[in-house]
Amino acid sequence: MYSFSYQKAKTVADAAKVLAKDGDAKLLAGGQSLIAAMKLRLAHPSAVIDLGTIKELSGIKGDSKAVAIGAMTRHAEVASSAAVKKAIPALASLAGGIGDRMVRNMGTIGGSLANNDPAADYPAAVLALGATIVTNKRKIAADEFFKGMYETALQKGEIITSVSFPVPKRAAYMKFKNPASRYAIVGVFVADSGSGVRVAVTGAAPSVFRVAAMEKALAAKFAPESVANIAVPEKGLNSDLHAKADYRAHLVTVMAKRAVEAAMK
Amino acid sequence: MTVKVSLTVNGKPASAEVEERTLLVNFIRDSLRLTGTHVGCDTAQCGACTIHMNGRAVKSCNMLAMQAEGADLVTIEGIAKADGTLHPMQEAFRQHHGLQCGFCTPGMVMSAIDLVKNFPDPSEELIREQLDGNLCRCTGYHNIVKAIKAASQTMRS
Amino acid sequence: MATPYIGASIKRKEDYRFLTGAGNYTDDVALPGQTHAHFVRSPHAHAKIKSIKKDKALKAPGVVAIFTGDDLAGAKVNGLPCGWLITDVNGQPMKEPPHPCLAQGKARYVGDHVAIVIAETYPQARDAAELVKVDYEELPAVVRAAEARKNGAPVVHDIAPDNTCYVWGLGDRAAVDKAFSGAAHVTTLEFLNNRLVPNAIEPRAANATYSRADDSYTLYVANQNPHVERLLMTAFVLGLPEHKVRVVAPDVGGGFGSKIYLYAEDVVCTWASKQINRPVKWTADRSESFVSDAHGRDHVTRAELALDREGRFLAMRVTTTANMGAYLSTFASCIPTILYATLLAGQYTTPVIYAEVTAVFTNTAPVDAYRGAGRPEATYVVERLVETAAREMKMSPAEIRRRNFIKTFPYQTPVALLYDTGNYEATLAEALKIADVAGFQGRRADAARRGKLRGLGYSCYIEACGIAPSNVAGALGARAGLFEAGEVRVHPTGKVTVFTGSHSHGQGHETTFGQVVADRLGIPMEDIDIVHGDTGKILFGMGTYGSRSIAVGGTAIVKAVDKIVAKGKKIAAHLMEAAEADIEFKDGAFVVRGTDKKKAFAEVSLAAYVPHNYPLDKLEPGLNENAFYDPANFTFPAGSHICEVEVDPDTGTVSIVNFTAVDDFGKIINPMIVEGQVHGGLTQGIGQALTEGCHYDKESGQLVTGSYLDYCMPRADDVPAFKVGTKETPCTHNPLGVKGCGEAGAIGAPAAVMNALTDALGVRDIEMPATPQRIWRACQESKMKKAA
Repeated sequence: MYSFSYQKAKTVADAAKVLAKDGDAKLLAGGQSLIAAMKLRLAHPSAVIDLGTIKELSGIKGDSKAVAIGAMTRHAEVASSAAVKKAIPALASLAGGIGDRMVRNMGTIGGSLANNDPAADYPAAVLALGATIVTNKRKIAADEFFKGMYETALQKGEIITSVSFPVPKRAAYMKFKNPASRYAIVGVFVADSGSGVRVAVTGAAPSVFRVAAMEKALAAKFAPESVANIAVPEKGLNSDLHAKADYRAHLVTVMAKRAVEAAMK
Repeated sequence: MTVKVSLTVNGKPASAEVEERTLLVNFIRDSLRLTGTHVGCDTAQCGACTIHMNGRAVKSCNMLAMQAEGADLVTIEGIAKADGTLHPMQEAFRQHHGLQCGFCTPGMVMSAIDLVKNFPDPSEELIREQLDGNLCRCTGYHNIVKAIKAASQTMRS
Repeated sequence: MATPYIGASIKRKEDYRFLTGAGNYTDDVALPGQTHAHFVRSPHAHAKIKSIKKDKALKAPGVVAIFTGDDLAGAKVNGLPCGWLITDVNGQPMKEPPHPCLAQGKARYVGDHVAIVIAETYPQARDAAELVKVDYEELPAVVRAAEARKNGAPVVHDIAPDNTCYVWGLGDRAAVDKAFSGAAHVTTLEFLNNRLVPNAIEPRAANATYSRADDSYTLYVANQNPHVERLLMTAFVLGLPEHKVRVVAPDVGGGFGSKIYLYAEDVVCTWASKQINRPVKWTADRSESFVSDAHGRDHVTRAELALDREGRFLAMRVTTTANMGAYLSTFASCIPTILYATLLAGQYTTPVIYAEVTAVFTNTAPVDAYRGAGRPEATYVVERLVETAAREMKMSPAEIRRRNFIKTFPYQTPVALLYDTGNYEATLAEALKIADVAGFQGRRADAARRGKLRGLGYSCYIEACGIAPSNVAGALGARAGLFEAGEVRVHPTGKVTVFTGSHSHGQGHETTFGQVVADRLGIPMEDIDIVHGDTGKILFGMGTYGSRSIAVGGTAIVKAVDKIVAKGKKIAAHLMEAAEADIEFKDGAFVVRGTDKKKAFAEVSLAAYVPHNYPLDKLEPGLNENAFYDPANFTFPAGSHICEVEVDPDTGTVSIVNFTAVDDFGKIINPMIVEGQVHGGLTQGIGQALTEGCHYDKESGQLVTGSYLDYCMPRADDVPAFKVGTKETPCTHNPLGVKGCGEAGAIGAPAAVMNALTDALGVRDIEMPATPQRIWRACQESKMKKAA
């Protein structure tokens, strides 16, 4: 790890101020991606601003319409939250499948979304559920948030404070894991809001994306067979040692089908 | 630049001056000389560095020492009773031959205690699934799974 | 007296320290005034080193010293030696290019060690390493064995312009060719045996210190055989007096072969400790381990089996190209030859066999022994051929094996080995029962109803362990002896310390050896400690590899114990005024035969150290004995593995639903420990078959699978609960009747898994590791075939 200066932020405003001044500073949420990258000397921030002690960034509030999750809420807390399990069980289950148990005890929803790793799980839930990302400056709709590989709509000095998920009628997430890293090779989140269906895919491409054809078919009939023959184009999909693009494309269909099956249970 | 990190380890206060870039695991191993916590990889996959922070299992190689400022840590050295009697999880690993070279063992035991805390009556399948953050190259996991299952029963009673 | 310890699952003595964090691994060793080292490594697979500028790095905070290949050459530090000379088919010695401890003029693989940077702290060393400016001129690289000998392939070493280390042969080629020409059926397979990274969870580490007071060195190192490390380092590389170097291998976190070798880092830290007159500590991080540890396997093979109409094996012909990597590691040359081709008879009476092995240099990390070392590759060849032949000839896989099993012993194979004993039908019969093979068709049909594909695969392996009779090994090119040494020190109070040259790094020697000695001396295990891993304490040792510890190291201890008992009889005879011939030793006491006169072991021990009433004119005082044991033959553990898999054709995911291993390890000392060894070996074997593949990019020579994010280590949910059983046919040529058990799982499992998988998919072959992607593609292809 290269050296850097470390500071604990007392408030979000505090952190934003430092961020605005120092373009090479980085926010430290749970650190499960950032520290790992710094250890391998792939990231070299001048300063690390630790959000760990800002209490108001953590916590889960839910009712029958929506669940709001503070940015610094750990994956393990989301996975075990009675409110999330009741309102959006698919989201609790997704959180319970991120990384491993130790990673889930540190990693946060805000950190995951701000990082927007192509193989992260949360972006699929955020996009499929049509969540709203709340920052210190504004509210960003899921469809506007994810801009590309490790890129988001967040501006300089902008900090995620919470994420609000509308409660769907039914939803499910299915992930095909990379055998080595256990990140998503393909993860498909299917959500039926009652007024429409959204299908979001993570892992398969440089950034999370929706599959309009599947959404349309499922809106007409919410059943596994509706998506069984819908293939996403291979072009633009990730291709590596573990999964070439054609295999990923195939897995999108299989995972979508299985997610629909699970959502109907 | 150095910073002072103060926290509680195994029930006792501890502090040391370290570089800001110091990982928690290096703070534990090098500054506090508690060498039972190990480092087996550099991508936070192997879990040999697992400790408990404020009651939860974390990978001490994947966080800064400063992130643990003020926290209550328990390492493998703090699990057995003061008279040397092993924790039920340690004892189960011994009874069921859940360790060979011993290198992954501290992390495995710390992770397993956390596992049983979260899932007091785990099935074999669940144990295997929940062990995905810990690698062992020696045992083939068979006896580790057996040990955790057995310990879950003693820990409940 | 019933033997209370041998055969009992005694809980391990070493566990308490490991479970409480009190183990002492090399990185736990902190020496006063120690410095920290980081190695500058080549980022290129093949490059000329035009210059190395270290001035800027030398000025970085905390830097103590920086050394390069030039410094080592100036100090007359030699390269790393290879411990086994292979003579090729033309009677010529293998090509042995120099293996410098820090690169000289050229870097030959990604991770090749170029310079050492020593600083006050590790982060400082690492920071400064980035300031060492190495001017590389990149050269084209070759990484695959199959391409190394092609025309125009980049040349790794000038002394081997065709990248060939040797072409070696074993067996009667003419007889084999003749047998093939008259065969009713020939089964042919071509496959890769995938390269693996051993991945002991403890990364390699070294901490070396020099003392001006007596011009001596101490090296703490994560190593499987400290005496061999010392011998090679002093006699061949550094030219130091052997007695001035102490090598300590404290607790070692797994080895699997990868810590047998003398590595450049160990040498450089030791040498540098004198240059700076301070301890030099180095611990690999995992990324470094991936590029710099010796890898395993990496063969390309074409194998043919000739059969008669009844499925009897007539001949086998095998051609293998083995990847040595960029340099010859310590035992690299003997792995794909002596430990491979000699095992091609397997458990069968195949009358003639010919194997030809070409070893090639490539721009990859050196390849050497990894758990099984040659024997997994041989088993894979034999057992994939046999199973494929059975399918082609529409015979049951069990029947074709039974028809060809060796049934009378001793048995001389056509590939140099003399099997002393075995009972292959017994292990197979037991495995068939445990695996419920009779119920398989029902389970397969049930799986099919769920849209899943089930398959069953066998593997009946044999291995040659207890390595090895030194004269035989010497005749085959070994440059070392392969005996083992032990010392039994009885203290005045009758307590015992045993010193062994067999290092334990997970195998539980402190327990197993203790059981042997406790039974032999009739004293409690608590009265015995086993000490290993320190050249300053132990008389000598050849170390731990090839499942040899109990068969060779255990026998050395037994021989030393027997000497203790013999001397004890003399002392006891004197004490009880009886004839020595009338003394017998049983239940921990020396007894005058036919009387109730006896002296306890501790009484005799005390007399040896307080020799007041003692035959000093005839006998030395004290009770301490050494023994060296050189085995009369290899031991031949063998067994039957049966694997059942279920494939999800939609995703290519495979799960092992049942894995049965029935092994014959001869006499078993501690069943619990033996089972643990089997479980671990099976998991590594399953890893080779399904998850682990070390992959270098063909163009750039970069290691693509350089971390756990890309190299798939088996996790708990990748493997099943194993069903294991044993049959005992005791080894005939060592006193314990033991054969060894450490590698069996890794040897047998890959073929069993791949036979099961090809059965499930209905395909002839699929490349290891059979990842979901590869399985899915195989499913797609067979679907297309069926449609066409």
